[in-house]
Amino acid sequence: MSEVQFGLAIVATINAAIRFSVPITLGSLCGILGERSGIVNIGIEGMMLMSAFTGFMTNVFLSRPEVSATLQDAPVRLTIALAVALLTGAAMGLLHGVLSIQYKIDQIISGAVLNILALGLTGYFYQREAPTLGKLPDLIRNPWPRSESVELRLADNFTFYLPHDIGRILFDKDLITYLSILLVFVLGWALYHTTWGLRTRSVGENPRAADTLGIDVYRIQYTNLALGGMLAGLAGAFLTLAAVGLFEQGMTAGRGFIALAVMIFGNWRPSGALKGSLLFGFAMALQNQLQLFGINFPHQLVGMLPYILTIVVLAGFVGRAQPPAHVGKAYEQE
Amino acid sequence: MSASTETRPAPAPARLRLPFAPRLWTLVQGLLIPTLSVFTAILVGSILILLNGRDPITAFEGLFEGAFLEPRGLLATFRNMTPLVLSGVSVAFAFKSGLFNIGAQGQLIIASVVAAWAGFSIKGLPPVLHVTLALAAAGVAGAIWGAIPGALKAYADAHEVITTIMLNYIAMQFATWLISTGSADGTIKPGPLSNPNSMDAIPRTPPILESAELPVIYTVPPNFELHIGIFIAIIATIAIWFLLYKTTFGFQLRMVGLSATAAKYAGVNVKRNMILTMAIAGMLAGLAGGIQTLGVNHGYEANQSLALGFDGITVAFLAGNNPIGVNFSAFLFGAMDAGTTRMSRTADVAKELIQVIQALILMFVAADQIIRRLYRLRAVGRGPIIRRETP
Repeated sequence: MSEVQFGLAIVATINAAIRFSVPITLGSLCGILGERSGIVNIGIEGMMLMSAFTGFMTNVFLSRPEVSATLQDAPVRLTIALAVALLTGAAMGLLHGVLSIQYKIDQIISGAVLNILALGLTGYFYQREAPTLGKLPDLIRNPWPRSESVELRLADNFTFYLPHDIGRILFDKDLITYLSILLVFVLGWALYHTTWGLRTRSVGENPRAADTLGIDVYRIQYTNLALGGMLAGLAGAFLTLAAVGLFEQGMTAGRGFIALAVMIFGNWRPSGALKGSLLFGFAMALQNQLQLFGINFPHQLVGMLPYILTIVVLAGFVGRAQPPAHVGKAYEQE
Repeated sequence: MSASTETRPAPAPARLRLPFAPRLWTLVQGLLIPTLSVFTAILVGSILILLNGRDPITAFEGLFEGAFLEPRGLLATFRNMTPLVLSGVSVAFAFKSGLFNIGAQGQLIIASVVAAWAGFSIKGLPPVLHVTLALAAAGVAGAIWGAIPGALKAYADAHEVITTIMLNYIAMQFATWLISTGSADGTIKPGPLSNPNSMDAIPRTPPILESAELPVIYTVPPNFELHIGIFIAIIATIAIWFLLYKTTFGFQLRMVGLSATAAKYAGVNVKRNMILTMAIAGMLAGLAGGIQTLGVNHGYEANQSLALGFDGITVAFLAGNNPIGVNFSAFLFGAMDAGTTRMSRTADVAKELIQVIQALILMFVAADQIIRRLYRLRAVGRGPIIRRETP
């Protein structure tokens, strides 16, 4: 397959990997916040889907001709839509909290409720082909045009343009992509260097001890679920306000569960989540781009890899996943 | 579960045999929460219908007609409830031993494909033998897919909720590959079980042979058939009830569910127990998949059982994880599924409303305190239906 431009294909694959990994990173940060404070969240998928939907519908609503022009202005309209998505995520997180902390229903069931509810509600209120005035623009445009770049010819069909191709990877991305990387570092730092982080971790490891020391266990858990919900909301917003720009039924397509897998894969650490989601994002990108490289391998089999890897890691065949000690169990105050 | 054993009194020991009247009262109490949960969920659903400017009465009339009255209504309900009974009893059975089988979906998918494979590739068998063999193959496939997370939990301490979720996705991708059509230019080969003569774009296996089709009890022209699967499902629930409450294995299994530590000290082989429980749960979900393939679709096609395994969770919890009760909750869910088409046609209400109602039912049944508070019910000393101890 000599007509394949390997240089182009590699850049495209890396960009696709980044695009896949953004919602997964954010979703697994959501999972980490919950699990580090003792709450399992299998409802990340539902949180993402619901926020993707409300964010998108807000965008649709504000794009109607009868809405005033100040609200339709791109920055205002998209900020409102983003805020609605974040609030939806927080509300879903709090619902998970009310069900699993106040009513003490099994955290797995509560998560399942979130997922089914989101699938049902978004399907019920779904409108086909609702128009919007556009999605989030790229934050920084690639400053290095191809025409001024140096051509680096490695082979006949293997050419890079420097620094144009590097710019295509580093720039031409929207706000949420940069934000997600920033959030990884902020949370990674906060989890180990702030009072909140210490409290969160102690609640997840031993809530009884934390309670004895005067930490309000439930408050920490509710806070983290709301914050985590906002992260999942940001992931949902990424799908409908940045990456795709449209809502389709069930469009999260298992990303919430991959996020859960990545959380385990990254050993419940934000930095691990970033590495894990880039790896999984790369696997997913390859799934779509294999043909570009002229490799004829069924993409579904590549698609199985993240899940198999997660089981391998969880079972301790390679490395050892160490969940917080008290995760998944309801805590009862005395 | 160290924290809760410290704070919460141990579950009541062997149940006392109460006189008839109080027993009846306990039964009514047991049915009260599920009934009120369903009622409340439907009420919330009605509000959603009103919000969309439609008429809830017309909608639920349509649902009722579609589920019970139309020439095929009740029969469609029976056919729809069949896989739900099996996936429901799969979840309920595992739960009795403290295991959460979120993986019914994956077990069901793998088994559906295997049933189709056995159905179209084995030739020259007499009808009864062929269909039995294909169904057994589905059961075995489901059992293996279920035993994997059981073994991972027993020997590697990997939580079954996560491993079953991952296995669901592995099953989905694997099945999609098996029946994939390949690329148009032929550079990617079609999956090994794909149908080369498929007329439309939906990837599927070749149709199964007539000898592998489940026998049909009743036909409604032009093309609705009720197969014997419903009886298989009901018999399975009775068998599981017997296994749980009348055999030593069932006793041990429930003992593990109440307290794995206690069971271990009493000499129960907890690890073996875990694997066996998950294998049986997998087999039940597998039968659900096999019945869909052999009775309804007569082959496996993409997305044929999109959420049957997940719905099993709700069905099981609505029945309080009682294997016999699963028949009734599955009947309700089967009826809802059968009625949606008619509902969306007559009242112009989107089908997904049913999903919302089902999610709310799960929520209310699980958080029975909400229902108790709403209807000012006194607690009856019988804690939430759903409480498990992770072994």
